[in-house]
Amino acid sequence: MARDVSIKKVLVIGSGPIIIGQAAEFDYAGTQACRALKEEGVKVVLINSNPATIMTDKDIADKVYIEPLTVPVVKKLIQKERPDSILPTLGGQNALNIAMALADEGFLDEYHVRTIGTSTKTIKLAEDRLEFKTLMESIGEPCAASIVVNHVDDAIDFAQKIGYPVVVRPAYTLGGTGGGIAHNEEELHDICSNGLRLSRVQQCLIERCIAGWKEIEYEVMRDSAGNCITVCNMENLDPVGIHTGDSIVVAPSQTLSDKEYQMLRSSALNIISALNIEGGCNVQYALNPYSFEYCVIEVNPRVSRSSALASKATGYPIAKLAAKIALGYTLDEIKNAVTKKTYASFEPTLDYVVCKIPKWPFDKFVNASRELGTQMKATGEVMAICNNFEGALMKALRSLEQNIDYLYLDELSYQSIEELKQQLKNVDDRRIFVIAEALRKRMNEEDIHHITKIDVWFIDKIKNLIEMEERLINEDLTINLLKKAKRLQFPDSVIAKLTNKTKEKIHQMRIDNDIRAVYKIVDTCAAEFDATTPYYYSIHGGINEVQPQNQKKKIMVLGSGPIRIGQGIEFDYCSVHCVWALKEAGYDTIIVNNNPETVSTDFDIADRLYFEPLTPEDVESIVDREKPNGAIVQFGGQTAIKLTQALTDMGVQILGTDADNVDAAEDRERFDEILEKCHIDRPRGTTVFTTQEAIDVAHKLGYPVLVRPSYVLGGAGMEIALNDDDIKKYMKIINKQYQEHPILIDKYLSGKEVEVDAVCDQQGILIPGIMEHIERAGVHSGDSISVYPPQKIKQEIKDIIVDYTERLAKALHVIGLINIQFIVYEDQVYVIEVNPRSSRTIPYISKVTDIPIVDIATKVIMGHSIEEQGYTYGLVPEKETIAVKMPVFSFEKIKGAEISLGPEMKSTGEVLGISKNFDEAIYKAFMGTGIQLPKKKNIICTIKDSSKEEFLPIAKQYYMYGYDIYSTAGTYHYLIEHDIPAHLVNRIDAHKNTLFDLMLTDTVDLVIDIPTRDNCLKDGFLIRRFAVEAGIPIYTSLDTAKALIDSLEKRKKGITSFIDITQLK
Amino acid sequence: MKGYLILEDGSVFEGESVGADVETISEFVFNTSMTGYVEVLTDPSYAGQSVVMTYPLIGNYGICYEDQESAQPYVKGFIVNELARLGSHFRKNKDLKDYLIEHNIPCIQGIDTRYLTKLLRNKGCMNGMITTTCYKDLTDVLKKIKSYHMKDVVKKTTCLKPYTIGKGDKKVALYDFGAKKSIARCLVDRGIEVSIYPASTPASVILEGCYDGIMLSNGPGDPSENIEIIQEMKKLANSRLPIFAICLGHQLMALAHGFQTKKLKYGHHGSNHPVKDMNNGHVYISTQNHNFVIDEESIDKDVAKPWFINVNDQTIEGLQYIHKNIKTVQFHPEACAGPLDTEKLFDEFEKMMEGK
Repeated sequence: MARDVSIKKVLVIGSGPIIIGQAAEFDYAGTQACRALKEEGVKVVLINSNPATIMTDKDIADKVYIEPLTVPVVKKLIQKERPDSILPTLGGQNALNIAMALADEGFLDEYHVRTIGTSTKTIKLAEDRLEFKTLMESIGEPCAASIVVNHVDDAIDFAQKIGYPVVVRPAYTLGGTGGGIAHNEEELHDICSNGLRLSRVQQCLIERCIAGWKEIEYEVMRDSAGNCITVCNMENLDPVGIHTGDSIVVAPSQTLSDKEYQMLRSSALNIISALNIEGGCNVQYALNPYSFEYCVIEVNPRVSRSSALASKATGYPIAKLAAKIALGYTLDEIKNAVTKKTYASFEPTLDYVVCKIPKWPFDKFVNASRELGTQMKATGEVMAICNNFEGALMKALRSLEQNIDYLYLDELSYQSIEELKQQLKNVDDRRIFVIAEALRKRMNEEDIHHITKIDVWFIDKIKNLIEMEERLINEDLTINLLKKAKRLQFPDSVIAKLTNKTKEKIHQMRIDNDIRAVYKIVDTCAAEFDATTPYYYSIHGGINEVQPQNQKKKIMVLGSGPIRIGQGIEFDYCSVHCVWALKEAGYDTIIVNNNPETVSTDFDIADRLYFEPLTPEDVESIVDREKPNGAIVQFGGQTAIKLTQALTDMGVQILGTDADNVDAAEDRERFDEILEKCHIDRPRGTTVFTTQEAIDVAHKLGYPVLVRPSYVLGGAGMEIALNDDDIKKYMKIINKQYQEHPILIDKYLSGKEVEVDAVCDQQGILIPGIMEHIERAGVHSGDSISVYPPQKIKQEIKDIIVDYTERLAKALHVIGLINIQFIVYEDQVYVIEVNPRSSRTIPYISKVTDIPIVDIATKVIMGHSIEEQGYTYGLVPEKETIAVKMPVFSFEKIKGAEISLGPEMKSTGEVLGISKNFDEAIYKAFMGTGIQLPKKKNIICTIKDSSKEEFLPIAKQYYMYGYDIYSTAGTYHYLIEHDIPAHLVNRIDAHKNTLFDLMLTDTVDLVIDIPTRDNCLKDGFLIRRFAVEAGIPIYTSLDTAKALIDSLEKRKKGITSFIDITQLK
Repeated sequence: MKGYLILEDGSVFEGESVGADVETISEFVFNTSMTGYVEVLTDPSYAGQSVVMTYPLIGNYGICYEDQESAQPYVKGFIVNELARLGSHFRKNKDLKDYLIEHNIPCIQGIDTRYLTKLLRNKGCMNGMITTTCYKDLTDVLKKIKSYHMKDVVKKTTCLKPYTIGKGDKKVALYDFGAKKSIARCLVDRGIEVSIYPASTPASVILEGCYDGIMLSNGPGDPSENIEIIQEMKKLANSRLPIFAICLGHQLMALAHGFQTKKLKYGHHGSNHPVKDMNNGHVYISTQNHNFVIDEESIDKDVAKPWFINVNDQTIEGLQYIHKNIKTVQFHPEACAGPLDTEKLFDEFEKMMEGK
């Protein structure tokens, strides 16, 4: 079958902001698919609210709309663009839901839009639990037996039929409270009756317990002619019970014999055929480890995180193929881009092992529960490739950049075997370290398996690593032993530590004996066919098959590693654009990265892709082979910047701002000197150790002052002190938790935060635009609403900002990008932070101003001045378009995480609102974050004393807009006293009419909670958590609350205009 | 103990000997299946050959006897990157290492199997020696290696006397040229009584046996060397009995019709080969294990036409004989190891026997 020529214009729906569970994989998939569609001459209209993506670049689709991903907006867009088809399977669950809503309403039929790829009927079949179960039963594919009960007796009857243990899941309780596993009738009686009581609808789901079974996934593809193939299967090291996104995953499966492998493969093909899917699909299985019994856990009829992983693990471009299949091609008509000899209708075979480890945000949410379960908590992931499992695991481990280079955690080493045994029962992100420590303490493999249900094969592999550690500790380091340790991917630093030698000595020993990493090719076919894919991984022990090219000058670009809070998809955007710019300028490009979700690790982006950890040693091994003419570190976030010195030391020229100047910007003392030299102010401050010192400093600076511990994670403990008592209070809290480090006391300037990105060459700077933050200083810039162009900054101030930027750029000898954050306070400009690298605002500013910042910066780095490139120095005149970048959070996914905003970033993603009109732009941004207001017009307000006065006019605005305000005593009385009507609600510990009761009624639109920071674990914290878990929008800054009511007041007519990014000039 | 692989082109690979300490010369092929090493080891088609596994971790689930494709392993030597020290599986009977030693099969681990595979791909299948002796001078050894020729491998793998398994109304005679157990199983599972005959059985015995159909099995070696068997195949072909043939059986039937076989450079050995059904265009993923194929040029278009072709290299993967009730495939519909996509061809054979 050939391409369906009636498909001429396709609407592609993106996945929106990065949240936990929906990360960069959809940018990768969407970008690949859009390019595949364009390649076939199809007009592509794209909508995605996430501006940090590559897919929203103007050359990826024919028309690009960065607009809120809501049903009404997509409807309006369809009315405007009139596409003939819609492709909904590339934008994750979000896109799928929107397409389904449009289909259900008959809107797609009305506008003659057909769903290509997988039909809405199929999507419904796969998504609807009951329909899916019925279908699975009809084709003989087992699902875990389950039943919905309203009475305990029914649960007991059912359990008697299917056997214990069973899982009890109460319907509609927050955070899944009240559920559990019942091993016998007595337990079931207790858990179920409790669950029924807690459930708002007196309903529980009783399910066959398959926790502890092997969790296996298959990625399958099917075309319209019914041809099916499996791309890859994957085995979760962590058995059923932990979300696959939070599991360590290996590909291919390791502990399945061919019989089980084929049994599940056949099942997956059965399912994709029965569902009539045209494209890609992910099937998750639970496999009984002691029999051939299995159940289907879930089917995703779309590209997914797993399909991105499978694509990177095999080299098989699933999203691209899904797009081609949607256009009507069959698998045997599409060439395998890797071998260029075989066709897409074959199954990749691997001759290596792939290991994925999730990246969790627990370093940002120190008080949050680290427990892992069915709710995914990871923000990103790393992948590693090696020819043995231990090596893949070790590589993945160090790719996480947690300063942990082997399976050893100091805090666990003090624990007794009994404590470790106990720890093994609590499933959290450290489990694999606990296993390692238990093995070190000679716990039996079988016993560990018994507790964790992790297959003994994996445990034995970990044991092999421990045995190697012990050999390194106990034996003389012979050449042979060193080779063996390197084969298992022990980094030099760990070998040095264990052998009590220096890293340099190990390194030298390797050089002397020619123990070097060699590189192998990922080719989809285990070398059966000749392939020239430029996709490489390292192993130790073997023959190098990657020959460096030496015709062209080659530049190495360092990527940004896993997606994490504070370092997201925007740095992948920058890395990819840097590569593209270099290629365009005629250079040979090498990219090093380890994130399987991203565009940068697609093998057709750079000339050569090294899928490797971003550590000095791993990078040095590549440098050793490739001998690049230079390296660029400023686009890969902190990950790449951290490698600056190491690269310099290995003799690689850093292109752009050099190592010394990077250091000057990061070192507090050196940076202060530079500021002084440039005559630029920063908020005054100093470090102290004692309360008395703090008070003295505060008096010198004058209140208010910012008190914060240095070297903390999670931003905990930062507070604004207004008087001596505050200082005493905060110092006490800080000292309780962070005694050893000095405490920083800075003058707090409650001013406006302003941010600038600039490109600098040797002559001058180019500032595409200035951005202004809505929230006052004190909230991390990544968590603030950012507006371009600034709405409330005077021209004189802008001039000062441009001048300061230029002075700093010159003083720091910046070549390439610089990002500076300012505070404007009482018409004075202060610098608070300088980063001589790309920033998270680059993608959106590039798009809105139509200035390809990364492209220009890359060319500057390569020696072409800004002027040469046709741009004028200085601040670019402001555009007509107003863009509002708004943060998006994933708090509901992280149990126990404090949600109030502070100096440490907490948002996982962002959306953009664009319009010619500021009010509409910010309105769009709010809608984009998922706010759809007003609904019931009830609002809860709990405001700390010091902010009550400032809150009054805002409260009035909400009231005048028609909101009923609910408050607890303090805020309530304050409002009443000031003639703003409000309702009194009880605090959460009262018996009735509490805030919790109110939130549960589903009638609350919004919570405004302005917290004091010292009640982290008290009422305020619980209120915030409760709101988040109940899905009620909550704001903890008055500025945000005001911005929202302003936009609601002014945009009663909603969204009326669309802006096509490709048309912005 | 160190182990060495010496290939006829003079390349020497050093690894660790982890199987039986015996010296053996054989032909070397690589297999790209990620699972199914038990099936590979026990597939009689590998008689006379040593196998290089491209997947680096072999032995992860040990040996499950019920997965064996014949009563004993036939592979002469085994080359892996890493042999699992511990197999983990609920059906495990023993670890792979013990099995190899027990069956006197040498195995070397620690070899760069990807490099070796590329070598075999580029130079074609080669003879080689597995040894634990470190030869200083290779001249004599290479002579010995080069002179190795697989001979009479069908004789070595076929059963010694006929036997019958399964129960049913339909009766099939299965020629055992070195048959994988799964072929008979696929028939028995369909309620067919299967009588298995040694490769040397005269056609007349079968034709007089009142069978509903004849099944020709897979087997090892160069098909054209089986001159006597080919003569008997001619007699079978001229009967009206439905015939279904796999792999060597497919090649022998083609030779019986005067077509030619040719040797592929490095063969097809793996579980991921796409074949296209020329009758409906459908593509299936198949298990393959063959060094020889039917030369397309030699096919008399009036006698047979392609049934399946390989999507990768367009070679013949199956033939349907015109005006005859004979269908043959080069690949392995019985799978084991490999995908079960084409197992339904046995249903087709059943229909052929029902006259449909």
